[in-house]
Amino acid sequence: MTIKGDPTVPLLEGLGLVKAYGPTKALRGASVRLDAGEILAVTGTSGSGKSTLLHCLAGIVAPDAGSVSYGGERLDHLSEKRLSELRRTEFGVVFQFGQLIPELTAIDNVALPLLLAGLPRTDAHARAGEWLERFGVRGQAGLRPGEMSGGQAQRTALARALVTGPRIVFADEPTGALDSLASEQVMTALVRTARESGTAVLLITHDAQVAAYADGEARMADGAVVPVGVTA
Amino acid sequence: MSIRHILLGLLAGGPSHGYDLKRRHDDRFPEARPLAYGQVYTTLQRLVRDGLAEVEGTDSDGGPERTRYRSTEAGTRELAEWAGQIAPPAPFVTNEIFAKVVVSILSGGDPDAYLRAQRAAHMTRMRELTAVKTAKGADLASVLSADYALNHLDADLRWMTTTAARLTTLTAEVDSA
Repeated sequence: MTIKGDPTVPLLEGLGLVKAYGPTKALRGASVRLDAGEILAVTGTSGSGKSTLLHCLAGIVAPDAGSVSYGGERLDHLSEKRLSELRRTEFGVVFQFGQLIPELTAIDNVALPLLLAGLPRTDAHARAGEWLERFGVRGQAGLRPGEMSGGQAQRTALARALVTGPRIVFADEPTGALDSLASEQVMTALVRTARESGTAVLLITHDAQVAAYADGEARMADGAVVPVGVTA
Repeated sequence: MSIRHILLGLLAGGPSHGYDLKRRHDDRFPEARPLAYGQVYTTLQRLVRDGLAEVEGTDSDGGPERTRYRSTEAGTRELAEWAGQIAPPAPFVTNEIFAKVVVSILSGGDPDAYLRAQRAAHMTRMRELTAVKTAKGADLASVLSADYALNHLDADLRWMTTTAARLTTLTAEVDSA
C-alpha cells in the first residue's frame, strides 16, 4: 500500500476509539494523530489505555467503535491479507521485552523479517549488520539474546523493527526494564535513527524522561486523550 | 549554593582573573543563573580576607589592569572539606507548584486543569533539556547539568501525577458520599 503525499492527511489517525475487554472499558473515545516523521509519546498512568490504543492503531486488535486510518485509508476497510501485509512492511513493533527469538543470534534475529520478505540470505545478513551498527550493537551480532545486556537486546529489537524500512514504529515501553543510562542509549539510538530515516514513532511510556525524547505528548487518562491547558 | 567554594574549585586549576572565573563558571554550570561580576569580585575579596585565596599579581595586556588570584593551602583544604560534606536532604520542600495546588484546593479552584497545564510546560522544558544533552558533541558539563535539571523536573511531574490521581479519588469519594 502506498500512501499519498498530501500533508493535510495524517500518516495515522485514530478517531473516537472505543475498546472493552469484558466489563473493562480500556478505551472510551480516544483520538490521536501521528504525522509522517513525527515522534509522539503517549503517556498516562497504568490502566489509562495506552497499550490498548497502540494495539488498535497498529491494527493488532480491532476497536469496538471508532476508526483507524493509515494515510487516509481505514484499516477496517482493508482485507485481512492487506492488513497483514501492512503490519509486516509499513509498521514495526517493539515491546518492553524485545521478544527476540532466544535461539537465534542478534544478526539472525534482525535478518529474519528480510528473509521472510524473500531477500537472499547474504543480502539480508549484510543489511541486518548495517542496522546493528546503527544501533551500536554490531559487536554483539553473534550473541544470543540471553548473552546480551537488557539494553543491547532492546537495541537489537529496535534494529529488527526498523530493518524493513517501516513508515511507523510502535514502541510499547521499550525502556521499561532498563536502568537510566541503558534507557538513554536506547532512546538516543531510536530517535536518531528514526529522524535519519524519516520514520514516525508512536512511543508508549509512563516515564516523563523517556517521553521528553519525543516531539510531543498525548496524555491519556481513563481511556481517552486528555486536552492540555487550563480550562476557561 | 556556595559561590565561594565554586570559585575556590575553579582556582584549583590555576590562578585566574575575576573575569575568567565568571566566564568559566557560566560555561561549567550552563543551566545555572550566570554570575554577576560584582558577586565574583566581592566573593574574591572575602576569600582573600579569610586567607583562602591571595592576590598573585596583576596583568594589563594593554587593557585595564586585572588582578590575578590564586588559592592558598588553607583554600585547598577548605575546598576538599566542603566537597566531601554531605548536603542535608531537605525534609520540607516549599515550591510554587505545591503552593498553587494547595491554595487551589482550599479556594475551590480547578487544581486538575492547573496540573495539566503545568505538566505541559514541564514537558516542553524537558524536551529542550533532552535535546541539549543528546546533541552531538555535548560536553560533560552540559550533560550533567541537563541530567540534574531533568531529574528534578521529573520529580515534580511524578508528584503532580500522584496528586492528580489523589484529586480524582477524593472527588469520587465526595461525589458518592
